[in-house]
Amino acid sequence: MNPVIEVTNLTYKYEDGTEALRGIDFTLQPGECVAVLGANGSGKTTFVLHLNGLHTATSGTVRVCGLPVNKANLAQIRQHVGLVFQDADEQLFMPTVMEDVLFGPLNQGLSLEEAIARAQKALEQTGISKLAGKAPYHLSSGEKRRASLAGILAMNPEVLVLDEPTTFLDPPGQRDLRGLLKALPQAKLIVTHDIPFARALASRAVFFQAGRIAAEGGVEEMVRRFEWDFH
Amino acid sequence: MHHVIVERWSRTQSVIHSRDARIKLLAALVFLIVVATTPPLEWLCFATYVTVLLIATLTAQLPLLGLLERAALVLPFSLVFGITTWLIGDHARAIGLFEKSYLSAWTALWLAGTTPLPRLLKAAEWFGVPRLLILTIQFLYRYLFVLSEQGQHMRLAAACRAGSRGAARAMWRAAAGALAVLFARSYQRAEGIHRAMQSRGFTGTFPAVALGRFTLADAAFLALAVIPVVAVRFV
Repeated sequence: MNPVIEVTNLTYKYEDGTEALRGIDFTLQPGECVAVLGANGSGKTTFVLHLNGLHTATSGTVRVCGLPVNKANLAQIRQHVGLVFQDADEQLFMPTVMEDVLFGPLNQGLSLEEAIARAQKALEQTGISKLAGKAPYHLSSGEKRRASLAGILAMNPEVLVLDEPTTFLDPPGQRDLRGLLKALPQAKLIVTHDIPFARALASRAVFFQAGRIAAEGGVEEMVRRFEWDFH
Repeated sequence: MHHVIVERWSRTQSVIHSRDARIKLLAALVFLIVVATTPPLEWLCFATYVTVLLIATLTAQLPLLGLLERAALVLPFSLVFGITTWLIGDHARAIGLFEKSYLSAWTALWLAGTTPLPRLLKAAEWFGVPRLLILTIQFLYRYLFVLSEQGQHMRLAAACRAGSRGAARAMWRAAAGALAVLFARSYQRAEGIHRAMQSRGFTGTFPAVALGRFTLADAAFLALAVIPVVAVRFV
């Protein structure tokens, strides 16, 4: 099976010269769910921003569904990889949930009818069809998270990348999100500090340290090795 | 989160709420023009305008007292000009300033209270208001709530650490600091939003969503709202 994400010797330097990523090698198989663990500032978010073409590698390569991430392929890359950001308020910028969910499909060049059909399906999948006409600022944190996810699912991506998806969610909200993500067939990459969440969803974990993948293996193994739990 | 009350009104249901936003905007504009061009002491005209506004407000099931109170927020401004005009001897103009500003505020509140802003902006765009201006208002409105919530959190945080001695001065200093932080955060947030837009294929142009079709009920509403005021003013 061909990997949906294939990263080879990726390095990235910020404009001020800070080396954020130092030789990352990583693959993600179709349908696989991988947790990205590591301390704040270890390069996790910088890494996932490369998968959607929001950052351009200083050196090394990133391939998504066989396509190299470069300017020429950006539109296709962004169809394949859906990025759910940590702060849902940044992701829900349109006046209503429905319009926000329509944003991606319409940018993909779909007709309004096709885009509405996609949006309705995504809203059903995430269980928020009733919220379609609501303004994002009227939603709870859990609803905002679902709406963000619906906006991504409406683009029919093959890979879901979620950055700290349980931030601002209460335990029932976390449980709902876990159930929802489990039911989705896409390959998933979840950046998280929430170990129970990672345990419940991911079959594998990679551990970031100072811009490198220090180790990879089972979630439990990573947690033990890096003492990455609080009890 | 404390949303503005008018916004909450706009999300309720009534026969007026379900009318097309373009029709309501057009009716309000015609009404405002008629009010603005009416000579100050035409009491029959003003009585008709008040009656039409009363019917429109009650049909929309908006809280009348709450709406009248909020419309009164314009009075301090119009009173300043009204009193100045009164003192120079132009009594009719002074009364006109007062009447017209209050009725205009009432009309604007009625429109905002019966039409959610996104629809109102779409209607404005349909009438030819530049898209860039519409988008600016749309983003401002969307993130005003987020910023105001952050502001409230910072105010609470400052209040928690405020002492009793020189508290007022300290609070002013904290408010100035909070403003600077809010500005920096807004800038960061704008970058985050842009990234989120790019990740969903944004290339600089917003996809347009079509408005619905006019109905007979919309036409009937327009006629009922506009004909009496135009008739009493010009016939």
